[in-house]
Amino acid sequence: MTISLRIPRLTKRQRRSLVVGLLFISPAIIGFFVFNIGPIIQSLQYSFTRYNILQPPRYVGLNNYLFLMEDRVFKIGIQNTLYMVLIGLPIHLVFNMLMALLLNTKIKGLSIYRSIFYVPSITPVVASTIVWLWIFNGQFGILNEFLRFIGLSPIGWLTDPNWVKPSLIFMGAWFGGNTILIYLASLQDVPYDLLESAELDGANAIQKTFRITLPMISPVIFYTIIVNVIGYFQYFTEAWVMTATRDGSAGGVANSAMFYSMYLYQTAFQQFKMGYASAQAWILFMIVLVATLFLFKTARWVYYHAEN
Amino acid sequence: MATTAIRWQENRIIQDRIKRTIAYTIVIIMAVAYIFPLYWLLVTALKTDVEIFAQPPPIIPPNPQWHNFADSTTYIPFWRYMWNTIAISGLTVLGTVLSCTFIAYGFARIQWPGRNIVFLIYLSTIMLPSQVTLIPLYLIFKDLGWVGTFLPLVVPHFFGSALYVFLLRQFLLTIPQELSDAARIDGASELSILWHVMIPLMRPALAVVALFTFVQTYRDFLGPLIYLQNQQDWTISLGLKLFQNMYGAQWQLMMAASTLAMLPTIVLFFFTQKTFVRGIALTGLKG
Repeated sequence: MTISLRIPRLTKRQRRSLVVGLLFISPAIIGFFVFNIGPIIQSLQYSFTRYNILQPPRYVGLNNYLFLMEDRVFKIGIQNTLYMVLIGLPIHLVFNMLMALLLNTKIKGLSIYRSIFYVPSITPVVASTIVWLWIFNGQFGILNEFLRFIGLSPIGWLTDPNWVKPSLIFMGAWFGGNTILIYLASLQDVPYDLLESAELDGANAIQKTFRITLPMISPVIFYTIIVNVIGYFQYFTEAWVMTATRDGSAGGVANSAMFYSMYLYQTAFQQFKMGYASAQAWILFMIVLVATLFLFKTARWVYYHAEN
Repeated sequence: MATTAIRWQENRIIQDRIKRTIAYTIVIIMAVAYIFPLYWLLVTALKTDVEIFAQPPPIIPPNPQWHNFADSTTYIPFWRYMWNTIAISGLTVLGTVLSCTFIAYGFARIQWPGRNIVFLIYLSTIMLPSQVTLIPLYLIFKDLGWVGTFLPLVVPHFFGSALYVFLLRQFLLTIPQELSDAARIDGASELSILWHVMIPLMRPALAVVALFTFVQTYRDFLGPLIYLQNQQDWTISLGLKLFQNMYGAQWQLMMAASTLAMLPTIVLFFFTQKTFVRGIALTGLKG
């Protein structure tokens, strides 16, 4: 009785469309519960247990979380990941934007350049990372060859703890074609008459870019920030392939390239500490959630011009 | 007066030309920088095992070793891995396109109470880091006896992907409602409207979803790393790592295999460039 009072009465037609609509989206409903909500709750439950797959999970209260506070490698993993999110990501986005602005200057042969910048981002990550492994190689790599050629001493791009993260950021710029093209597409949508009238009012190129172009595409910038912040917190494959050793471990010299997801993977699938890894997963979930909420809360700079 | 105006205009033309030259110079330098790693990959793939370590390294291979490509495909079971990768990617595309079409239709073309709020909740799953569900899913698939098969990599895609549902829904919303209404008056069921009216119109959007899904799956590393435990089931991304694991890495063969592994997506891109570019513009649309 109480339930039927709260739900507004549906006409026969509405009820029919509700049934049909739910049937159509039923794969999503199943997927939502089986692959999202269920596992999220389960992983919270596992995070309070000790579980090595062979024996049934044993409740240990907050122990996993307390151990994580003391875990040195975990801390390094967080620091390295924040380095990537707070330094690597802004560098990449600004660089991609500059490339897009450059391509938007009505140059000839745009489709050729567009392809050149995009292709790296669709190659298999492992295959292209292998090339970079060779380019960065300390002894025979072309980068150090070049440094020697101009009279500088070679750098341990992947072996020097101070250099490995900058090296990964440098390589990451090469994979940014997707974002360049997203920016370029949105730049091409900026109404030309706006820019023209600003020019008649005496605005120079820099003023036009900062006062008109960037505000006009700020929703797209915001979108790429959100998507990439979430993505960079999960940074894994490039660093894993770059630092993998023969015995199956990874993370570089003194864990200088140990990222959050890598430690989580090692904990879960190499040490089979499923409870401990679940606690890490939940902390990551919370960090990403807070970061996303923060970005949405501070999104006043995003300008939505009236549509329709 | 007239002369200053003309001079001003001349200045402007010269300025424009300078700006243009600068822009071209930077674009060309950047293009060369972007191509270089791919060029270096190819060059290294064509070297002998001695030339690899020559200092300074030859920029153009003195005697291109084309047989390196053939050799690399026997050094690791290349074609087997390629086949596995294509099979997994193909099934993933099938599942994604099929499920997302139905789901998007349900969210875009049928008016049912609560539709928008349900869609928002569904859409929020895009922001969920996959690590959060990774361990429970692994344990579920292990209980089902699916670990070590393609199933954990493929089956979830038959239950939709929020991002592509969003994309298709946006597309479906632009199709005039009258089209559906007319068909409904003629007594057509929703399924037949979807099949006969919408799918033909959705083809460009479905192509985008199919291409993106294919490339994304083809590039994937973490999924196969976790679920494919028998060496014969590996994808090409896992297979390439075999070179690293062997003592005395055969760099030139590793490069040759990497080149071959890149070819499918690159060739695909050049044949479907327009679809890619349209798709990228679509994903950039704010939610």
